[in-house]
Amino acid sequence: MLQLFKFKGGVKPATNKAQSLVEPVAVAPLPSHVAIPLHQSIGGTPRPIVAVGDKVLKGQKIGEADGWISAAVHASTSGTVIHVGPQVVPHPSGLTADCVVIEPDGRDEWIARNPVDYRSLAPEAVRELLREAGVVGLGGAVFPTHGKLTAAKSVPMEEMVINGAECEPYITCDDMLMRERAVDVVRGAGVFRDLLQPKRVLIGIEDNKPEAVAAMQAAVRATGENFEVIAVPTRYPAGGAKQLIRVLTGKEVPASKRSTDLGVQCFNVATAYTAWRAIAHGEPVVSRLVTLTGNVDKPRNYEVLIGTPMDELLALAAPRSDTDGILMGGPMMGFLVPNFKVPVVKATNCLIAHSDALFPPKAPEMPCIRCGECARACPHELQPFEMYWFSRAKNFGKTQEYNVFDCIECGCCSFVCPSRIPLVQYFRFAKSEIWAREKEKNAAETAKTRFEFKQFRDEREKREKAEKLAKAAAAQAAKKAAEAQAATSAPEPVAPSPLDADQAVKKASIQAAMERAKAQREAAAARNTESLTADQQHEIEAIEARRIAAFGTDETTEK
Amino acid sequence: MDFSTPPYLLKNASVTRVMAQVLLALVPAIAVYAWLIGPAILIQIALATMTALVAETLMLKVRNRPLALFLTDGSAVVTGWLIALVFPPLAPWWLVVVGTLFAIVVAKHLYGGLGQNPFNPAMIAFAVCIVSFPAFMSQWPNQALHLGLLDQFQVIFGLMPRLDALTAATPLDALKTALKLDEAGIGVPALLANRNVYGSFAGHGWEWIALSYLVGGLWMWQRKIITWQVPTGFLGALFLISGALWLYHPDRFASPLFHLFAGGSMLGAFFIATDPVSGATTPRGKLIFGAGAGLLTYLIRVFGGYPDGVAFAVLLLNICVPLIDLYTQPPIFGMKDGK
Repeated sequence: MLQLFKFKGGVKPATNKAQSLVEPVAVAPLPSHVAIPLHQSIGGTPRPIVAVGDKVLKGQKIGEADGWISAAVHASTSGTVIHVGPQVVPHPSGLTADCVVIEPDGRDEWIARNPVDYRSLAPEAVRELLREAGVVGLGGAVFPTHGKLTAAKSVPMEEMVINGAECEPYITCDDMLMRERAVDVVRGAGVFRDLLQPKRVLIGIEDNKPEAVAAMQAAVRATGENFEVIAVPTRYPAGGAKQLIRVLTGKEVPASKRSTDLGVQCFNVATAYTAWRAIAHGEPVVSRLVTLTGNVDKPRNYEVLIGTPMDELLALAAPRSDTDGILMGGPMMGFLVPNFKVPVVKATNCLIAHSDALFPPKAPEMPCIRCGECARACPHELQPFEMYWFSRAKNFGKTQEYNVFDCIECGCCSFVCPSRIPLVQYFRFAKSEIWAREKEKNAAETAKTRFEFKQFRDEREKREKAEKLAKAAAAQAAKKAAEAQAATSAPEPVAPSPLDADQAVKKASIQAAMERAKAQREAAAARNTESLTADQQHEIEAIEARRIAAFGTDETTEK
Repeated sequence: MDFSTPPYLLKNASVTRVMAQVLLALVPAIAVYAWLIGPAILIQIALATMTALVAETLMLKVRNRPLALFLTDGSAVVTGWLIALVFPPLAPWWLVVVGTLFAIVVAKHLYGGLGQNPFNPAMIAFAVCIVSFPAFMSQWPNQALHLGLLDQFQVIFGLMPRLDALTAATPLDALKTALKLDEAGIGVPALLANRNVYGSFAGHGWEWIALSYLVGGLWMWQRKIITWQVPTGFLGALFLISGALWLYHPDRFASPLFHLFAGGSMLGAFFIATDPVSGATTPRGKLIFGAGAGLLTYLIRVFGGYPDGVAFAVLLLNICVPLIDLYTQPPIFGMKDGK
């Protein structure tokens, strides 16, 4: 029996999972249209490669991955592209983003699907295939999966963790996936294993899902794999990647490191499933399982096309009349979508019909009494009340000293706070402020360097000119002095009086000084701009134009 | 639509619930107090509660804060009850009123109200009154006299002459005075044999109240209202220093058992030093805070000029809290091997 480890903190909210587990997964009907956001993963935003009026097939690529950390996006059904441009997407702020809107033709016709034997491919080619199939982390982070399939160079890969913990209340899509499609999940995990070559593969599932544990164990046996399926204690956020890694391996991954640096990597079960579909069936990620639950009469899990409008989807679950919002994700880390029409995206694991009866409005916020409940609940062993104090005071340096960037925003601190302080919001605020300031500081530093270099250049030019002038003046003076010397020495035979000689010397030196001054004046005025040839004039103009152009671009980059 | 922020699920927790449980944990001790020492404590608690609520209302109005929200948080009532429990039960009515006013107005609201006070308000009330009115603050009821509720009411409100015979010193004070007067030395064991004053192990009557505080405190620990560190640090340090000196010179120093249950030890360890607002917050910090308070309590009550040392010990440790917290920050997830 594997020894399990504990993580500190965590909470035990009512799970509310049973409601949506009664019925098996159903396929959601074709929606009236699909709006597919191009940016559905961490990293570069894919470029649209279709235009309005194009006919597309299900699974056809509509967005080309931009850069290595990015993933392609595909049409989720066959039909006609009716719009390419900004639409409101599921984001708490009501953000718009570029989407491809497709009107289905009703045939739901696939592209040619080509299964591949991944074992015959080079690892690079398999990663490329996953990137092209739009396989991203479906646990919610939507990090491009191929980007996680390279082991660290210096650290041997010890464990690969497959995350089926699903710790958030209400969500059951991973549970149903494991119950109904366990073999494909295990096969997908097998692909990851072959690419990463870990010593062990650990599948972690919270112990409130005995059916899923049994199904996965059976699938592991059936496929002849040596994966270990482990029931872990149910405690939110046991399904956080770092928490599950801790529970299964005892390793703690700090914010400053990647898990591969510790020889461990973690994937969600749904990610493994989509990877297998992409490889063995040639199907890119065009749908996912979504739990419909909350204030509804018919909670259930559905296989849903990416881009399906949420209101059309939620209607399948018969939301009650007092439903006043849709929560995407779980009640701990999810958010209310800005309107009911926003599309289902790859990160949409659950829609919870919101009502005040189900989620009572929060009681008014009270001052912090430093009871320390938040610190005891924090799975990252932070001191939330201290970070709250400094965030409130906008002392962001201090929040960083108290490790605000190690916060995973799981919401445990807010959950337990007797003063009902929205602690997580304060930490998000602190993080975004720190990022913004960092950006500002970098911009200011670039500007400063540029300014200092310009100053240095000006100084240098001035200095060089002055040196040249001084040299010229010295030469002139020496010449004059020599002439004066000749003048005074010429009338010598007349035997001048000493007084005259004195006066002559004085006169000569005055003369010399005047000549020097004149020479200086001339030199100062006499730039090489007088009496220029036409060629020289042109050259100067060209230089001038280049300088203006250079300064012009300088100014635009500064903005 | 409600645009509140995640998490949408909250534990059923509130400041009011925390404070209500603290009050509930005090009830057994108050019952024993009223039964053994006299119902005067109930009068004092009523006086302190009313004063606390009136002062709280006024200060909230002055500071323009929502009345209903803050009056129902229960924090002022807890302060009032603690003040009543550490003041002599037969003290004149105005004493507890002055103490409570000072605690709520100055120690709490002038520092910014709930959650902002650097010092424990109840201990500030005690300190201010014992410095300003030392005579009244050391007149504890003479347990040889059994007065009814009406008589005690009349004493408190000055309707009956305040006779010397009514009052006595606390067992802690009595022991200290006896040891000081009797240089030749009858010795502590012989003194403690006087059961009328010193009871079975730590003061006639008082020892059972202390035991009730222990019970209430353990219940709070079980309910996770308090953590184990502060009481353990407090009682542990008190036990160690009193035990060491008792072993060194049993004739001059009372046993750890006596010190653990005498005076304000149990109340201080479970209900006063555990105040989250004015106390240390990190686990190690709480142990240090508790131990410091326990140690100073002993030093003040045995070698100092006051009959008990809990109030000054806690206040002195309150001053150290920022420093203690700063130097006892626990390592975070993933950063435990000093990287």
